[in-house]
Amino acid sequence: MNSFTYTRASGVEAAVREKAADNAVKFIAGGTNILDLMKENVERPSRLLDLNHLPLKAIEAAPDGGLRLGALATNADTAWHPEVQKRYPLLNQAILAGASPQLRNMATNGGNLFQRTRCYYFYDTATPCNKREPGSGCSAIGGYNRIHAILGTSEQCIATHPSDMCVALAALKATVRVSGQNGERTVKFENFHRLPGDAPEFDHTLAPDELVTAIDLPNEDFSQHFSYLKLRDRQSYAFALVSVAAALQLDGNTIKEARLALGGVAHKPWRDQQAEELLKGQPATEDTFRKAAAAVVSSARGYGHNTFKIELAKRAIVRALKQAAEGTQHASDIFTNSNP
Amino acid sequence: MNTPTTQAALGQAAIAPPPPTSTVTLKINGVERHLQLAPWTSLLDALREYLDLTGTKKGCDHGQCGACTVLVDGKRINSCLTLAVMQEGADITTVEGLGTEDNLHPLQQAFVDHDAFQCGYCTPGQICSAVGLLTEGKAKTTAEIREMMSGNLCRCGAYTNIVSAIEEVLHSKNSELRR
Ligand SMILES: Cc1cc2nc3c(=O)[nH]c(=O)nc-3n(C[C@H](O)[C@H](O)[C@H](O)COP(=O)(O)OP(=O)(O)OC[C@H]3O[C@@H](n4cnc5c(N)ncnc54)[C@H](O)[C@@H]3O)c2cc1C
Ligand code: SF4
Ligand code: FES
Ligand code: FES
Repeated sequence: MNSFTYTRASGVEAAVREKAADNAVKFIAGGTNILDLMKENVERPSRLLDLNHLPLKAIEAAPDGGLRLGALATNADTAWHPEVQKRYPLLNQAILAGASPQLRNMATNGGNLFQRTRCYYFYDTATPCNKREPGSGCSAIGGYNRIHAILGTSEQCIATHPSDMCVALAALKATVRVSGQNGERTVKFENFHRLPGDAPEFDHTLAPDELVTAIDLPNEDFSQHFSYLKLRDRQSYAFALVSVAAALQLDGNTIKEARLALGGVAHKPWRDQQAEELLKGQPATEDTFRKAAAAVVSSARGYGHNTFKIELAKRAIVRALKQAAEGTQHASDIFTNSNP
Repeated sequence: MNTPTTQAALGQAAIAPPPPTSTVTLKINGVERHLQLAPWTSLLDALREYLDLTGTKKGCDHGQCGACTVLVDGKRINSCLTLAVMQEGADITTVEGLGTEDNLHPLQQAFVDHDAFQCGYCTPGQICSAVGLLTEGKAKTTAEIREMMSGNLCRCGAYTNIVSAIEEVLHSKNSELRR
């Protein structure tokens, strides 16, 4: 680790001001990603500004009847919050599918959004990587790329966003509340993360001095028909190769409303609104699900080691939609996500 | 050869200036400890290198193994991924604070009774993690214990006995831990 100084942020506005004044200042929340990257010399802040004492830990009703998740609430407190378990079990499942109980006790909702890719070359400062060092090249294209993206990639970067929580937030159409020097604003979840294009050093669309204060879940009910299916190399404590968040509203056997988002396949949580449109108004049958799955992967591209993900994603989508339609998942059942 | 190689020979101070430190007060196993620490000292290093509390182990130093698990305000965390300065004012419990040699914590006793270790390196982390699991009160079945202990790897593969040790305490009527 490089040497740095440490201070506790005294307030949201003060934190934003201090960050704006010096780009080498970094926020720290749970610390589970930034300290890991500092130990690898990937992140080298001059100062850490500790957000943990800001009053942003609450999980409370949002004005529109939805639920507001404080940026500094831990992933564990969020997953096990009674309102999350009851009204947004898809989010409960996605959070519990990620990391370990210890890490979820530390990781915050804000930090989860900003976690960086697990691309091995990004972590290895001895290798070229456009995300870590713009213009140096991408070692994963033509290198080992088993865990890499198949959708929305660019010639510059094929990294994936590793979060499970964010896949559920994409499917649930969450909104991110942000404070910056110009005051507060909200960002639709689909616009929060970005595709690599020719600037893979940017994972998201926020300005460097902006601070996430909360995440709002809309007042919608997907608590009856949902599934978070996570496929990985071991049954627990591993990142997703492919994950699927599926949520349906059914009228009899007809799909009224559908949400479909994937993790482990792109530089951002991959919500496919075209596939959602294909599902709407159709009978909840395997045939319908297959068509949606085919649509999602129609533009997919493999890079060698990760080509298996295209077929895996297709099958995972069909299975997740089937599970959602059957309504087999319950908030108390924390194992179905990995062991269907 | 007389090419200068050491810093002193190059006309610089022989020893690099000590890193800037700050006074950190940590409450560990009920006792307040005052330390002079550089900000980059992890809680794990503070325990092991500055407080001689070597029960907490360093496996990976990257949140991937659980050997460093301690309890902060009753919740299990990985002490390798938090800074000691961040934990000022918190209530920290390490494996040394759970029981005494004559009066083992029920989980420590159960680990002995069930032969729930081989080399023992992962054991302090397993036990602190299991204490956290019991306090959380979410895991009820064997499958749930396994899932909620997945943050603790055991290189010796003592998992079967680790799970039965935890099960025994979870199901024991007299357990002081059941709330
Ligand atoms: C071994 C291991 C396994 C893991 N497995 C999984 C997994 O399977 N699934 C999964 O989803 N995740 C997994 N994770 C990742 C984990 O979920 C993230 O590290 C965590 O969510 C990050 O949150 P944090 O609060 O610790 O962030 P920090 O490390 O504190 O911060 C991360 C970044 O976010 C910035 N930041 C934090 N809060 C804010 C804010 N409010 N506003 C603006 N910027 C902010 C920081 O400046 C920093 O750059 C794993 C991590 C480890 C170490
Ligand atoms: S995929 Fe992206 S993060 Fe990985 S080496 Fe290429 S540029 Fe870097
Ligand atoms: S040493 Fe902390 S998790 Fe491995
Ligand atoms: S007993 Fe040896 S690592 Fe668990």
